Amino acid sequence: MDTSANTSKITCTVNGKAETLKAHPLERLLDVLREQLHLTGTKEGCGEGECGACSVVLNGEIVNSCLVPVAQAAGATIKTIEGVASGDQLHRVQQSFLEFGGAQCGICTPGMVLAAVDLLERNPNPSETEIRTGLAGNLCRCTGYMKIFESVVQACKSE
Amino acid sequence: MSCSFPALKCWAILSRPLRGLNKNAKTFAPSVAPFGPLGCNVISSMSGKINEHVVGKSAPRKEGRRKVTGAALYIDDLTFPEMLHGVTVRSSIARGLIKNIAFAGDIPWAEITVVTAKDIPGENHVALIINDQPYLADGVTNHPEEAIILLAHADKYLLEEARRNVRIDYDESPALFTLEDSVNKKEIIWGEDNVFKSFLVEKGNVDDVWESADLVVDGEYHTGAQEQLYIENNGVIAIANPAEGVTVWGSMQCPYYVHKALVKLFALPEDKIRVIQTETGGGFGGKEEYPSMIAGHAALLAWKTGKPVKIIYDRAEDMVATTKRHPSRTRHRTAVTKDGKLTAMEIDFVIDGGAYCTLSPVVLSRGTIHAAGPYSCPNVRIRSSAVATNTPPHGAFRGFGAPQSIFALERHLDKVAHAIGLEPDEFRRRNFVTEGQTTATSQVIREKVEMGQLLDRALKLSDYHAKREKFAGENPTSRIKKGIGFASFMHGAGFTGSGEVYLQSVVGAEATADGRVKILSASTEIGQGTNTIFSQIAADALGVDADLIDVAQPDTSSVPNSGPTVASRTCMIVGKLVESAVLGLKQTLIGSGLLQEGYDQKEFQNACRHYVAQFGALKTFSKYQPPPNVNWDDEKYQGDAYGTYAWAVYVAEVSVDLLTYEAHVQDFVALQEVGRVINPVLAAGQIEGGVGQAIGFTLFENVVWDKGRMINNQMTNYIIPTAADIPPIRVFFEENPYAYGPSGAKGIGELPMDGAAPAILSAIENATGVRFNHVPLMPEAMMKELV
Repeated sequence: MDTSANTSKITCTVNGKAETLKAHPLERLLDVLREQLHLTGTKEGCGEGECGACSVVLNGEIVNSCLVPVAQAAGATIKTIEGVASGDQLHRVQQSFLEFGGAQCGICTPGMVLAAVDLLERNPNPSETEIRTGLAGNLCRCTGYMKIFESVVQACKSE
Repeated sequence: MSCSFPALKCWAILSRPLRGLNKNAKTFAPSVAPFGPLGCNVISSMSGKINEHVVGKSAPRKEGRRKVTGAALYIDDLTFPEMLHGVTVRSSIARGLIKNIAFAGDIPWAEITVVTAKDIPGENHVALIINDQPYLADGVTNHPEEAIILLAHADKYLLEEARRNVRIDYDESPALFTLEDSVNKKEIIWGEDNVFKSFLVEKGNVDDVWESADLVVDGEYHTGAQEQLYIENNGVIAIANPAEGVTVWGSMQCPYYVHKALVKLFALPEDKIRVIQTETGGGFGGKEEYPSMIAGHAALLAWKTGKPVKIIYDRAEDMVATTKRHPSRTRHRTAVTKDGKLTAMEIDFVIDGGAYCTLSPVVLSRGTIHAAGPYSCPNVRIRSSAVATNTPPHGAFRGFGAPQSIFALERHLDKVAHAIGLEPDEFRRRNFVTEGQTTATSQVIREKVEMGQLLDRALKLSDYHAKREKFAGENPTSRIKKGIGFASFMHGAGFTGSGEVYLQSVVGAEATADGRVKILSASTEIGQGTNTIFSQIAADALGVDADLIDVAQPDTSSVPNSGPTVASRTCMIVGKLVESAVLGLKQTLIGSGLLQEGYDQKEFQNACRHYVAQFGALKTFSKYQPPPNVNWDDEKYQGDAYGTYAWAVYVAEVSVDLLTYEAHVQDFVALQEVGRVINPVLAAGQIEGGVGQAIGFTLFENVVWDKGRMINNQMTNYIIPTAADIPPIRVFFEENPYAYGPSGAKGIGELPMDGAAPAILSAIENATGVRFNHVPLMPEAMMKELV
């Protein structure tokens, strides 16, 4: 893709901040976030929308940013992992992941945290099945998921 | 060592065994709650009390905060000024001559740097064991996706177009794609007989037994390839030039392996090569030796362009081109008495190594030694070999040969039990090895081993007998068949035999000017918790807070060679060296008069500050010493194969749907004796993660091959378990301290990979009455037998 010609200006809000992106409309939102805004917390694990490591929240919905053309971000509100904590204050999900071993190698963690945050915002007291389904779009190879479930369960309690 | 140590004092501290340990097995309730009904127990986090023993507590992950906030920097998160991207042009055939390489298409080739084998300053092979694998194929290719040439440019999109426009002409030769064809020598594709390595292990004489045996049972078992599927793909950044040498940053498990390989590739002195491990998103063995290859490639492009070069694989390339678990075929012949005592075991174990030798001899070694399991048998013969095929070389994956041979053994012993009319658990009870008895390599077990008790406890925890009875009653009238099965096994920790002596691992500890302690080791944090447990071990040894301990980033210019992060050795072997290195710091400080015995943390910190101010840098080093009475014969493959073993029984409950032929694991119990649990959350995390991968190995992960190439090299059709698929994994530990491990710990990283496959297939047999003998076991295969 020739990134010099055919670029558009795309305005959006990312983690509460107004941003103007300059990119070819078909560039992946994942790449634009990482390379232009230097928000490297969002990761590429597969590039095909299977692993969820690239998860971001776009207009209130959790999406795989590797499948989102940046044109779709025009006028959108986007939250990445960098926007989850409030300054130094960790979100209770993040705090829970720390206490209960939800992260091992950490590469799936940004997407997994976002998925958990999104789940709890929609459903503050999910059942076991709802937690499993809510996180089924995020693959983890290290943990076997047990401590991730535990972290989410504990996060629900620490309101 | 390739780095210089400006230490004033350098101590070689002997690894001291723990004396006066309570040698009785101790059990404790899990401090990690199973994910079952909500409202389970809260795990107590570490209290803030100073000098309280931190080993045994779930100290928080050292680098956890940056991982949960997205601040952790993995290799693809880094960019350097003027950095170029690099890509690899790969073979599209399995075997043959490379006749011509042309640069076609409407591509500005003049702008693109091309590196071929001719550009290699040193030797064109990846230094490992036999050194037969080239960095770049030179005139001949031996497997699909073999690296032929490299391209670099600043625009990664242009580079991808360019890669597709390289036209290579080949003269194809007949190739081998299966283990069977290789063993049968359909073609000779490597050496004189396709065999990278073979072993023969003998105990007693099996040939004397067959004739008079009450019963002889044969069986054949197969395991397929498995992709490690770390969620972070392989990637490196290299800077290289003749003046300064070569520096590589990257995702890796073993910086010193990469270092050794680059020394040969560039024909440079050791101190001109520097390798730095960046935050690594999973390894599992897939980043044990492969990083040497990708690092060399990036470095070669950097050398030629004079600019930093980044190579990052996308998922499809990583899956198709890099190492996988060795496929295997195991044949068993077993003689038993009519009351179920093993009298002879003959085992033929073959693994498919792919096109080049790489690590196959070591994988074969471990698989061979584990092939006869935790059982006492007076006559054993194990013949094993690693053979060549024209596929990308297979490599390390957690378990490293043991999951393959243990799968076969446990399936076979179920068959033997059935043949003599004994229940699988009763048969095991009659044959478990105990203290004072010998293994297949004639190693005398010198620790208390109570496999019978472990088995009893595991069966109780899983409600095994009651469930078997219940399912037997319900199954006949149900479309969903349920079953429960177990596997009993052991796993040796550390390098085999004389391996640890050969490695001569070293760990350093530094007391810093600001009163902190820094651990200098080449052991990498790849998610398993290296940084955290090293801090705990050091803190405990010094009687200070774990917060006072820093673990240096593994950088070959500043840490000694502690050996690779493999073989379940990081806690047990290297952790022990961490302990003795910091004890050396303590000794020095006390010896200097700046610190008195019975000090508190403040005094310790002040002593560090004053020492450094007065005398300069304070670093101590500790070098591996083997425990006494470990004798291993490399020629005959006899003796003490491992310093110690962890012992385990895993139980799987499954359901098999006779409409869809899907098998689901409904519950999983993992019970193991591990010496000492350093950090309960991390230890349970290791078991849970390993069991998850092993469930994948058993029921989900099927590599589909076409002429030596993996054709389902995408996450969409190479399936690993998701949060929706995984059963509750209930982890339980027992502790029988190992005298030579830190605080008594044994290695556990690979153990959890061994038990799930045979336990699950045993459960499926219980559910359906059909004995399957291969993994992965896909619904299609079940449908064939169950329809």
